[in-house]
Amino acid sequence: MMPLTFALAHSLPEIFLALGALVLLLLGVFRAGGRDWIISEAAIAILGLALLSMLIDANGTSLIYDDAFVDDAFGRFMKALCLTGALVSLLLSREFMAREKIDFFEFPVLVLLATLGMLMLVSAHNLIALYLGLELMSLALYVIAAFHRDHLQASEAGLKYFVLGALSSGMLLYGSSLLYGFTGTISFSGIAAALKGDVSLGVVFALVFILSGLAFKMSTVPFHMWTPDVYQGAPTPVTTFFASAAKMAAVAITVRIVMTAFPGLQLQWRQIIVFIAILSMVLGSFAAIGQTNIKRLMAYSSIGHMGFALVGLAPGTQKGVMGILVYLAIYLVMTLGTFAAILSMRVNGHYVENISDLAGLSRTRKMMGFFLSMMMLSLAGIPPLAGFFAKWYVFLAAIDAGLYPLAVIGMLTSVVACFYYLRIVKVIYLDEPVATFDPVSREVTAVMVLGGLGVVLYWAYPGPLVAAAEIAAKSLF
Amino acid sequence: MFGLGILTGLIVLPLIGAAFILILRGEDEATLRNARWAALWTTIVTFLLSLWTWSLFDPASASFQLVESKPWLSSTIGYKLGVDGISMPFVLLTTFLMPFCILASWDSITHRVKEYLIAFLVLETMMIGVFCALDLVFFYLFFEAGLIPMFLIIGIWGGKRRIYASFKFFLYTLLGSLLMLLAIMAMYGVAGTTDIVTLLKTSFPAEMQKWLWLAFFASFAVKMPMWPVHTWLPDAHVEAPTAGSVILAGILLKMGGYGFIRFSLPMFPLASHDFAPLVFTLSVIAIIYTSLVALVQEDMKKLIAYSSVAHMGFVTMGLFAMNAQGVQGAIYQMVSHGLVSGALFLCVGVVYDRMHTREIAAYGGLVKRMPLYALALMVFTMANVGLPGTSGFVGEFLTLLGAFNANAWVGLFATTGVILSAAYALYLYRRVVFGVLDKPELAALGDLSSREIALLLPLAVLTIYYGIQPGAILDACAASVTSLIRNYDAALAATKTAALLLN
Repeated sequence: MMPLTFALAHSLPEIFLALGALVLLLLGVFRAGGRDWIISEAAIAILGLALLSMLIDANGTSLIYDDAFVDDAFGRFMKALCLTGALVSLLLSREFMAREKIDFFEFPVLVLLATLGMLMLVSAHNLIALYLGLELMSLALYVIAAFHRDHLQASEAGLKYFVLGALSSGMLLYGSSLLYGFTGTISFSGIAAALKGDVSLGVVFALVFILSGLAFKMSTVPFHMWTPDVYQGAPTPVTTFFASAAKMAAVAITVRIVMTAFPGLQLQWRQIIVFIAILSMVLGSFAAIGQTNIKRLMAYSSIGHMGFALVGLAPGTQKGVMGILVYLAIYLVMTLGTFAAILSMRVNGHYVENISDLAGLSRTRKMMGFFLSMMMLSLAGIPPLAGFFAKWYVFLAAIDAGLYPLAVIGMLTSVVACFYYLRIVKVIYLDEPVATFDPVSREVTAVMVLGGLGVVLYWAYPGPLVAAAEIAAKSLF
Repeated sequence: MFGLGILTGLIVLPLIGAAFILILRGEDEATLRNARWAALWTTIVTFLLSLWTWSLFDPASASFQLVESKPWLSSTIGYKLGVDGISMPFVLLTTFLMPFCILASWDSITHRVKEYLIAFLVLETMMIGVFCALDLVFFYLFFEAGLIPMFLIIGIWGGKRRIYASFKFFLYTLLGSLLMLLAIMAMYGVAGTTDIVTLLKTSFPAEMQKWLWLAFFASFAVKMPMWPVHTWLPDAHVEAPTAGSVILAGILLKMGGYGFIRFSLPMFPLASHDFAPLVFTLSVIAIIYTSLVALVQEDMKKLIAYSSVAHMGFVTMGLFAMNAQGVQGAIYQMVSHGLVSGALFLCVGVVYDRMHTREIAAYGGLVKRMPLYALALMVFTMANVGLPGTSGFVGEFLTLLGAFNANAWVGLFATTGVILSAAYALYLYRRVVFGVLDKPELAALGDLSSREIALLLPLAVLTIYYGIQPGAILDACAASVTSLIRNYDAALAATKTAALLLN
């Protein structure tokens, strides 16, 4: 039995978030002011603190709290991504929430709680901890999806997300209970030990149910239906949060459970992952072609991108996991940058979301036009932009493992996907300007510029990210 | 400087010019003039630097020279540059043509001038990078990144159907290249590195070579372009601004041929040998079919575009003949075609700037108003036809010689292309330059301005010089080509002995 202090030292980010959320909740209630800046500033500070606290004692793998959680390099890498996503989303939300008059103190608190859920999810090492983290994250997300409560679409988004989310949680629970019944343990490593040799059909059922539940959270086909509606309906900063932090956590736990609990069932889960990946890539690229709303387009784009990320999981190798990690890190930057640009789309005081509103952006707002175009081309995976390197590592792993059909289909769909990204570049550069966007706050511009520079200049210094991902991937094997 | 060599300088220099233009403020006439001069000087200095590179280059050696190498993505995927006899001519061709592109757009581009110049300078960096890269991933980076500025050049400053043409250009080439990317990954898996020098010495299993060859072929055949994947080229050429067409015909098409020489032939010799009949067939179809198509075109640029496809057919034919005449002829043909087709597009640009139409029927009898223009067009038309004494002759003759040595039938059919090219080129010349000057709009045309003379004269001089002195280019690539063919034959012989031993 490890001493408690050891466990506490290895869960510093979670503790910061939990305590911070409670304190801010109390503070918010006692101030009784309703709309508030200070709470969101404090929440940003807490997220920053949590991020910094991970620098302390950041090596080795340790099981904590009766082996319910694990603190390893993989978890730290993904937690850093989740925290960054949450922090930047919150930063981006301030202007939007204030202008839409929904800057209530509950929002930052809920974001903190959801992030706490994500961190628990990322480091879960048994089925209960997994469910705990997942539900904490999801419940907070259901609420913030409908945070614009007087807004019809937002309420619809929240409701849809809740109903379908509850269904997926049910599937996950069902799978977990089956798994417990067949193996007699809830610990991931225990399950792995019990699943050596021949496995019964029931375990495969459990695997299918668990992966289905997680596929819903990753928004991959065939559990993607909620994504476009929720992305479009939710307030844009909330969509940013969904697309960045929530995705990271969902993919992270999928990778972890598949790698640590089911290494013996590689043949079985590989089929499922390949199936999900191909469907997601195909749907993500074809369905986005007809979209006119940029948030909806980003929803389909994210479905496709999750498919690409899963291409790295299919081989089940360390290289593949490293590919996923690099992919997610780069995808996070691209997503945050793109949503910062979407949050800058405001004409005469109103936020606009149509792709046609971007017409002639390269002439009215040169810098934004350039960076958004680069972001789009990077999402399409055109070198020398960062998105190319993301694709490089996942497909390299797939080719290495001999999954040629998967890789070829992935490449072909990315040509299709390139069409709709290119269409946005065309609207920005080739079309005549229609309206000039209103000036935006400094933090939104800063996120956009930093994201854009990161995407454009990543090729010049790719080493550190790759090295960090390599260490993180190693810790799972 | 900073541990980097002259080739890095060549790649970075255009970017510095682009950055300078980027920081210029204002849209007034004086700023735009400064921007144009800045771009022109950047390209000229880059050209001078490439001449200096050439002076450091030893043509007698077949190995890579001026090599720079640094770790990049990992220790096995590096930042590696170098030139040999095959890439040096293309580097020079690129840097040589760029100042002409800037000059050609001096007056004709009037809106969004700074972006235009930046796009061209970035494109120059990418093109030089393609020819200098000695790492496959690094090569791919430049190869693909060039699509972005070209997409914008066609899309923003192009003609009426520019959006269709730019999308077609981008997606078509991307599709081919992504398959090549998968092949690069597979090669990395086998060799453990993407260093081109090491890969050239690696022998891939025969079965794998076939797939790799096909994947690379998908990319280079589209880029080249070979029949039947050439359909993007006429669209892109017709819609692109004059300078865009020059770059497209002059350099971007050569990337395909360069790719064949650099990768397909030496790295997959067995597959190249097996697929040579396929390439021959496609080349011969390209030569005959697209020449016939060129004959009936009514748009000048489209006609030259189809003639480019036909001329590239000679190149692929020469390459896969895999003998000294064929390969050297192919390199020669590419350089010569870069100069001649570039010049022809410039000639079309000259009259397009005056009349704003490319319809052949809108012209006629130009010789009466524009004698100098008629002379210039004559030189380049003859070079395009392959008249002895012009650079076009040497390339076509050598590739045909190579083809005859490899397969007489191929040579026989391909030679009819020479006659057909004379037919369409002279037919075009007759309709535009000779005839009665009965169209009233044409009556007021002025002859070449001094800027236009400055544009066309150096190209004309080089076209004729290289026609009389082919050694200038042939000697540069001779050593590299000889070693290429030696290795190729050795690889084939090795498999043959292996097969005999097995029997």
